[in-house]
Amino acid sequence: MGDSLTLAARAVKLALEDAGLQKGDLDGLLVNSGVSGAAARADHNLSLNLQTTLGLRNLRLANHMNGAGSTAGQMVQYAALAIQAGICNLVACVFADAPLTPGQSAGAAYASRGAAPGMAGLGAHYGFFGANASYALAARRHMALFGTTHDQLGAIAVSNRKWARMNPRALQRSPLTIEDYHRSRWVCEPLHLLDCTLVNNGGVAVIVASPERAADLKQPPVYIQGMGQGHPGNPRRAGYENEVNTGAAIAKGAAFKMAGVTNDDVDICELYDCYTYTTLVTLEDYGFCNKGEGGPFVADGRLEPGGSLPTNTGGGQLSGYYMWGMTPLSEAVIQTRGQAGERQVKKHNLVLVSTQGGVLDYHATLLLSPHKSLQ
Amino acid sequence: MSQEQGTTAIPRPAVEVDEESAPFFDGAARGILMVQRCDDCKAWLAPVARLCSECLSENIAWAQASGRGSVHTFGIMHQLYHPGFRSEIPYNIAVVELEEGPRLQTNIVGCANSDITVGMKVRVTFDRVSDTITVPKFAPAR
Repeated sequence: MGDSLTLAARAVKLALEDAGLQKGDLDGLLVNSGVSGAAARADHNLSLNLQTTLGLRNLRLANHMNGAGSTAGQMVQYAALAIQAGICNLVACVFADAPLTPGQSAGAAYASRGAAPGMAGLGAHYGFFGANASYALAARRHMALFGTTHDQLGAIAVSNRKWARMNPRALQRSPLTIEDYHRSRWVCEPLHLLDCTLVNNGGVAVIVASPERAADLKQPPVYIQGMGQGHPGNPRRAGYENEVNTGAAIAKGAAFKMAGVTNDDVDICELYDCYTYTTLVTLEDYGFCNKGEGGPFVADGRLEPGGSLPTNTGGGQLSGYYMWGMTPLSEAVIQTRGQAGERQVKKHNLVLVSTQGGVLDYHATLLLSPHKSLQ
Repeated sequence: MSQEQGTTAIPRPAVEVDEESAPFFDGAARGILMVQRCDDCKAWLAPVARLCSECLSENIAWAQASGRGSVHTFGIMHQLYHPGFRSEIPYNIAVVELEEGPRLQTNIVGCANSDITVGMKVRVTFDRVSDTITVPKFAPAR
């Protein structure tokens, strides 16, 4: 299928075709590499090598960015700000990753192997490996503080799969019941396999333009109505509940104010859902329900097709595909354009995109609309 | 306990003592839990700090902690990420909040995984994992 550099280049090519642009039209390039980017050989590295690979000349904006899973949201924000400031006109924001290599398990791709010297090596010695463990610890804390249950986490997995079954691009499309969820093997208790994101290779590119330029292009424009970021950085010590509070609570303010909207105006949520738990705690922090009430909130079917708060309408990272923040962003663009086919949500005036990184450490919010003005 | 004997047993990832961590491991070898603490503002800086994250001082000292704490959260690992854990799967990982405030990654010993609960009171214990390395772990407080 190709290394991450190849996947990224193909994604940009597809985005140019989708928009009706030539590569010479691009004057900005923002790149986010996944886990394979740094580990790969330098000439396969997804970094600003992408410019050379694509033969892009005279760029006026270029960077290789890393806010972990929040980068997709962040890249679009920086592209929009640069275009608004007149620095450049058309920016490709690209993510690609090729963590899966033949003979290696998906989990292995995301677990660091070597133990560092000194204090940094203790985690590995105690057996702390990978994001699955970190999010399991977070979910456990939420369950202990608020009584969140596996039935509630499982409801998220079930909802995601219902949407995925209508998405031709989704990787997991077989029926999934709550019983299937409970039966799926433990990864790190309290997380089952079906609580955890997929891992796959791929690339996604999004092109950001001014409203005037976008009006000339092939696809219906997707307007950015709001932007915000939040990165709590709370100390890991008594008095802080790091595991159950995310940066969404900080990011929401600027984004919703910029758009002049409230929660009631949001028609669709596309949320970074590396774990079922991530969806739950993110909904709390956007204020759709109170802190601690995410469990009952997600369990009544409102996230599902036909529900009152359609969420992760492509299957998300749990059943769709794992392209970090490009997963929620790509589905948000498709829904906002009205191009989601069988899974199209009829009311799509305002779509919330949440991209988050690390272990609830980094967060970038976008509010998207097919309308230039929300008035 | 490993079920394998002799040269076929793969140990857990080794801990390597360096200059910065020596006080921690020396303390552990003597049965004392040492945690970094800012010498100026007295903030606890577990697990390790280059500057104090509260006041930015570089006067980082090691201080003795009581060893008492509670389980802030925990998980039970069923997935094998490193061959050294093959005989221990499923094993527990925990974050213990010390009485003094800082939180440490650790393992809980001295009870079954199914006995571990969030909020459980624990006390430090020391595990001599090799001739040269002792690491702190935590057991239910009696």
